[in-house]
Amino acid sequence: MNVKTYSKDQLLAWYETMYKMRRFEEEVFEFYKQGLMPGLAHLYMGEEAVATGVCAALNDSDFIGSTHRGHGHLIARGADIKRMMAEILGKVDGYCRGKGGSMHIMAMDKGILGANGIVGGGIPIATGAAYMAKYKKTGQVAVSFFGDGASNEGTFHESINMAAAWDLPVIYVLENNLYGISVDIRDVTNTPNLADRAIGYGIPGVIVDGMDVTEVYEAAKAAIERARSGAGPTLIECKTYRWQGHHVGDPATYRKRKSETEKEDWMAKCPIDCLKAEMLSTKKAKASDFEAIETAVNKEIEESVNFAKESPYPDVSEVFHDIYV
Amino acid sequence: MKEITYAQAICEALDEEMERDENIVLLGEDISFIGGNFKTSVGLLEKYGDMRVKDTPISEAGFVGMGVGMALTGLRPVIELMFSDFLLVAADQVINQAAKIRYMSGGQVNVPMVIRAPIGAGRSSAAQHSQSMQAMVSQFPGLIVVVPSTAQEAKGLLKTAIRDNNPVLFFEHKMEYNKKFLVDDVVEPIPFGKANVVREGKDITIVATSSLVMKSQEAAEKLEKEGISVEVIDLRTIVPLDIDTVVESVKKTGKLIVADEAHERCGVGAEIGFQIMEKAFYYLDAPVGRVNTPNVPLPFSPALEFPIIPSVDRIYKKVVEMVK
Repeated sequence: MNVKTYSKDQLLAWYETMYKMRRFEEEVFEFYKQGLMPGLAHLYMGEEAVATGVCAALNDSDFIGSTHRGHGHLIARGADIKRMMAEILGKVDGYCRGKGGSMHIMAMDKGILGANGIVGGGIPIATGAAYMAKYKKTGQVAVSFFGDGASNEGTFHESINMAAAWDLPVIYVLENNLYGISVDIRDVTNTPNLADRAIGYGIPGVIVDGMDVTEVYEAAKAAIERARSGAGPTLIECKTYRWQGHHVGDPATYRKRKSETEKEDWMAKCPIDCLKAEMLSTKKAKASDFEAIETAVNKEIEESVNFAKESPYPDVSEVFHDIYV
Repeated sequence: MKEITYAQAICEALDEEMERDENIVLLGEDISFIGGNFKTSVGLLEKYGDMRVKDTPISEAGFVGMGVGMALTGLRPVIELMFSDFLLVAADQVINQAAKIRYMSGGQVNVPMVIRAPIGAGRSSAAQHSQSMQAMVSQFPGLIVVVPSTAQEAKGLLKTAIRDNNPVLFFEHKMEYNKKFLVDDVVEPIPFGKANVVREGKDITIVATSSLVMKSQEAAEKLEKEGISVEVIDLRTIVPLDIDTVVESVKKTGKLIVADEAHERCGVGAEIGFQIMEKAFYYLDAPVGRVNTPNVPLPFSPALEFPIIPSVDRIYKKVVEMVK
């Protein structure tokens, strides 16, 4: 982990973002366990370095397209966690006034084109935002987040092909967490490194350790600069792992087929703990620096939980709002 | 007034709207260099350039999805699917994305995009290039469904589609593209959800879509000579549906035929017939009739295809059956 290059403030900001994601989702999981959350949610725990590193390299005016596992992407873009939490509970103060839920949170004021319930559904949408930026010469770029599963959808191949053909300012961030629900990507795909698919489209394909926020940031920064300069898209494969099941109700009993200790091995690479340990051992920061951040984030999370609980459900009359036909 | 083809009318609508608004961008297969498979974008590449008139690869889900992203970020994409059958290749982006994003986002965004797609049989194109998808897509909340009749109507309705802030499916009839029509020199946008009574009559009402409006008028002229007075309504849009105009007409004539080229099962006739039962039951003198494509895939051989296409003759016979 390359912490030397970065300032203390920069590194602590990344720590704060990742810690916030983790704490946010711990509360979401609690909501589910207590029966307070309608439906399900797909947790990003373990993958926090990816969204944090990528979004740290973006400008405020850029776009991102997210997935069904989108809480981390939204928090990394600075979405309001009160409104996120309220949406997850189906409340009227949520981003979508309770019409979207965890899987469909959109925040256009943060350039978030939406989480998406369809695997691969958001990839062409982010690509279209990049087309707009190129045509209108706005200087914006778009990041499309998606998983290893989506990289087997047609929309991945169609989008990346068009973006490459037309040098669109888009960055494809493939979060390879190894599983599509229970199916191991290694059992259904004969491409050990999914980044290699970039070769077929004539664009750079980069492999990074998705558990290391500094490595993700460096790759994202280079890809974003390339996109903004007009040189076209990049595919970044972040090797990562989801700690929980596919969703909060999935006990994930399928993980030990390749290795008895697979989950534990990945958890030992926790992106949050590892950054903290590295900063402490290199004396980039003191224990008290982390304590201060954690205290502040915990307070913010608690406020978001209370806000969401107290927010009312939408009035039933709203079911017919926001649609013309 | 001038005489132009239906394809030229479409092209004029695109041109006039693109001239007016630089946010309008065309995407589709073969639309740019050759001006479209049905010649509906001839000359637009030269006038507006490659970024606004974009030939795409054969990636319907990909470029329709790109259109959604463009619409979310300030452009007004007009996408051509070479045949309406290809909607099924792009169905997720049309139905799960474009149709739902405004609603799912709690009204944060609009999705102002138009998908143009030719419908209809009659070219021996067989079952994968001859379907009429307007009834199927009308099932999904969030999509406006337009079925223009003449070139004049197509031009006016396409302008409205491009200016609307919602996703619009705009179905052009492929057998009309090369036909000539009289079109006003200036065509204003035609509002959605306002059916057009194109012929007044007193014995029976035909509410029709697309090409069947013209076929119904032709049948009505023939019937007029035989003493049967037919009212013909051009529905213009299936969604939103102007049921009130149909109800008013049925109150006068007491009889209704719904003519639409999509398959009969769960079709436009089923919807309008049911609504008329709910809203004008006691004015009906006969069960509502339908003229559709029967429930089989479109066959290749003209010997098989033409007998099942809704025709002037089938409309004529249906009227005679119901009136006599």
